[in-house]
Amino acid sequence: MADVIMHERNIQLVSARQRIMKIAVLVALYIFLIAMAITVLFPFYWMINSSLKTLEEYRLSIPTFWPRQVMLSNYVDAFNTANLGRLFLNTMYVGIVSTLLSLVITVLCAFAFARLEFKGKNTLFAALLATMMIPGELFTITNYQTVNSFGWMNTYTVLIVPFLVSVFYIYLLRQNFMQIPNELYLAAKVDGTSDIKYLWKVMIPLALPTLISITILKMMGAWNSYIWPRLVANDDAHKLITNGLRGASFMDTTTNEPHIPQQMAAVALVSIPLFLVFIFLRKYIMKGVSRSGIKG
Amino acid sequence: MVDSKHQWKAWLYLSPAIVLLLIFTVWPIINTIRMAFLEGYDSLSAVNGTTFSFGFGNFIKVVQYKQFLTCLKNTALLCVTTVPISTLLALLIAVCLNAIKPLQKLLQTIFFLPYVTNSIAIGMVFAAMFNIVGNAHGTENEIIVTAGIINNVIEFFGGTHINWINAGSTYWANMTVMIVYIVWNALPFKILVLLGGLQSINKQYYDAAKVDGTSRRRVFTRITVPLLSPMLAYVVITGFIGGFKEYTSIVGIFDETMGPPDDKGRLNTMVGFIYDALETSKQGRASAAALILFGIILVITLINLQVSKKKVHY
Repeated sequence: MADVIMHERNIQLVSARQRIMKIAVLVALYIFLIAMAITVLFPFYWMINSSLKTLEEYRLSIPTFWPRQVMLSNYVDAFNTANLGRLFLNTMYVGIVSTLLSLVITVLCAFAFARLEFKGKNTLFAALLATMMIPGELFTITNYQTVNSFGWMNTYTVLIVPFLVSVFYIYLLRQNFMQIPNELYLAAKVDGTSDIKYLWKVMIPLALPTLISITILKMMGAWNSYIWPRLVANDDAHKLITNGLRGASFMDTTTNEPHIPQQMAAVALVSIPLFLVFIFLRKYIMKGVSRSGIKG
Repeated sequence: MVDSKHQWKAWLYLSPAIVLLLIFTVWPIINTIRMAFLEGYDSLSAVNGTTFSFGFGNFIKVVQYKQFLTCLKNTALLCVTTVPISTLLALLIAVCLNAIKPLQKLLQTIFFLPYVTNSIAIGMVFAAMFNIVGNAHGTENEIIVTAGIINNVIEFFGGTHINWINAGSTYWANMTVMIVYIVWNALPFKILVLLGGLQSINKQYYDAAKVDGTSRRRVFTRITVPLLSPMLAYVVITGFIGGFKEYTSIVGIFDETMGPPDDKGRLNTMVGFIYDALETSKQGRASAAALILFGIILVITLINLQVSKKKVHY
């Protein structure tokens, strides 16, 4: 009898120790994760903090962690100095037009690959996928000459047309279309529904999440693109936001020093739309990104 | 049965994509290879009717060019440092995230935030954080007003401030800043993929290990890592490919000079080299460099695939 009680007490002791260990591990996990989260967030905090300071306060040798005097005027100055209004409009225009055209082309192409039968279908599809291996810089060299000979330099066309077709998006949408049972298509054929009507009424609604992912990634692409726009459309009328931001110079007229608070305000203005999109469409972005492995 | 009416329709739907791909993808592949093998090709002379002889001259010139070796060294260095660091850190964070319940969604969202940023814009924030504010133009009697938040933190813990990115900074200080920024930028994607992988591992494996009384470490090395290996291989391969195309993050911090003001081009990369050659209208050289970059990416991908064929458990 005594033996059994001893044994039970031992078990209780062991389980108590295990519980303490478990809690200790959990606390360590949370400390690590929260420390990492703070590290990840710090640049954003510092961007906002700096953007609201006066230049004098920013230059204090002991930094302040919240501005003594909140300078919202930095944002107005940044907006005007960097000509952000024009840059926003340019980027939105290029983003929207290229997204719409790209969606039409991608949907038609993915539909043909997923539903229609034609000679050389698999070979063509494999060839398309193979081009994804090649780094974009290899295309840029010749494309630069091509658009030049088309007389497209410093136009919206040059920012939109060369990137309308993305093999990756075709691949993504084709996979999605293939999951839709073929019987639906055949039934629609029997009823005499046209391809386009079937696409519009059945395929597109069913593949909507993928289409939304593509739209977001494409818009983010326009927002973040830098190399190609700088190369082919560097004039004020067609400049895109990233290029304009990097090229803008924020100088303090009295000290002739770079006005970092204003620069940070401009950076914040460029970053905020991306955050808003992220907050409202997080699910689609994360789904699209985890399958793509590409940025923007 | 493939009837001809369907055939015709399929090609109609494909036509916009195919026309664009022929102009902006297929032709560039052919033309870039052509230009790379034409000795000293440049488009200006080509327009004026100059003909170029076939040869490997462009490749030899590129490889012998000192600038190119700098670019190759910088790119390779950034790759071999940032890919392992970011992968290990992302693995650690993903495993920890997977082990907790409260706050998991919130923390996951926070860790994904750096992805939805503009790498040039946030590069400018990093530059400000590492900057030395004041009249730091590398002169003898310079007055440092403030040393930037990173240096403030170092000084707070009793260290001396470091010239990270300003005139007179060392190569290693520059590289450290780039590594920190690139790792910060690379984490979100890796965490997302690895956490997705962890969440899809069947709980039964862990239950079985618990019944057997397997230690935590053994569970991690014998169950988690092997079952996660396809995702690990994926993030490593995409990490290397992205790393070899590094360019905009450096522009974000150092601007187009690709280095501190007193040593321009010090941090230039392979992609930067290609664009420099392109802007000076040396298409032959640019093409050769692009083909070399493609070759490197291809070799690294094949090596990675070969290694993962042995190590990855599907």
